[in-house]
Amino acid sequence: MKELIDLFFTFARIGGFTFGGGYAMLPMLQREVVESRHWATEDELADYYAIGQCTPGIIAVNTATFIGYRLRGIVGGIVATLGVISPSIVIITIISAFISNFSDLPIVAHAFGGIRACVCVLIFNAVIKLGKKALNSPIAIAIFIVVLGLTLFIPSISPIILVVCAGIFGVVQGKIRPQGSVDAVSLNTADVSDATVSDATDVSDATDVSDAADVSDATDVSDATDVSDATDKKGGAK
Amino acid sequence: MISLLLLSWEFFKTGLFAVGGGLATLPFLYDMSAKTGWFSLEDISNMVAISESTPGPLGINMATYVGYSSFSLPGALIAPLSLVIPSIVIIVIVAGILEKFKESKLVKDIFSGLRPASTAMIAAAGLSVAKIALLHLENCSGISALSDLSLASILDVLNIKAIILAIVVYVAIKKFNRHPIFYIMLSAVIGIVFKF
Repeated sequence: MKELIDLFFTFARIGGFTFGGGYAMLPMLQREVVESRHWATEDELADYYAIGQCTPGIIAVNTATFIGYRLRGIVGGIVATLGVISPSIVIITIISAFISNFSDLPIVAHAFGGIRACVCVLIFNAVIKLGKKALNSPIAIAIFIVVLGLTLFIPSISPIILVVCAGIFGVVQGKIRPQGSVDAVSLNTADVSDATVSDATDVSDATDVSDAADVSDATDVSDATDVSDATDKKGGAK
Repeated sequence: MISLLLLSWEFFKTGLFAVGGGLATLPFLYDMSAKTGWFSLEDISNMVAISESTPGPLGINMATYVGYSSFSLPGALIAPLSLVIPSIVIIVIVAGILEKFKESKLVKDIFSGLRPASTAMIAAAGLSVAKIALLHLENCSGISALSDLSLASILDVLNIKAIILAIVVYVAIKKFNRHPIFYIMLSAVIGIVFKF
């Protein structure tokens, strides 16, 4: 029961601070679900998003249901979903009942100017974290570049087509190159490229660790420095 | 009562057939407006504006708004709940199947292709937010030929205040790694104080 309550409020917090659609949820999911609570791994988050893209319904809801289900079965799926939608229901009801021209208020427009700038940085940072894990081979990098190019230059292209094609490509690639070759030490020259790949991922893992170490060092003093930091920002933004 | 059932049915259908995020529900709302007359096309553009300037998933915000403006509080509850029921059912089925075949090589291969694709789609969404947040695209129209490109015209297109804030947020994330909510609140306050 305690875990279900935690699940509800975690997703309510995420829903209450998701500005700009399901993708903007990713930084918060990484923080709450992967780093703080270990309910899923970085890779699994990428999987949930891929599935959420090509199944009907809203991506944020699909992802919440997925994580909740994995944790506590069907009840977990329902609780996480109710959590992620409840702030919306409360906020929108209040706004439509009492504030007739909410989106025209200058204070709202200014706040959102700031929030949007912040959200694109948060998404950028989240994509880098995800990419360190997901882009672990030349083929994965190629898929990333092709899908990014198609999404940017042909906006009308359906995400379903992209996801299905990427899945098929993954299967074909798995058939050509038997699994485990990345780890296996082999004299085959074809595996040389694999070896460099695994080296490269090792390096990124290593930097991950040092990043994390830096962070934990920094957070100890962050409370003291944050105040000066915030004032810096105000000065900087002028 | 009958109309509440109809509202529930309409949003259930939307949840079942709208694939690919909140804005995918728009065509369904246009259809609903034409069929039922609960709200006008102008109401829809208001809904989009409000949904985009409030937290929460876009589709849920729009469903709540439609539900409230057409049927007050019961509508505000029934519309979003009806919208998510298909999601819950479908994802529970998909997750159950995946759980069963998690160790199969086929599923692993599929996901090795899906992960980079999914990362790319999130990156593309981030770039489209960046375009709105960091640029004044409305000033682009002045630049029609290469000869129009001057430093001043480029500076007109860049939203300098927002770019500075973005850089500051990025540096702060790298340095302090606080909860994303902290940076969002801070940016909202900075946006209000400096009139973004």
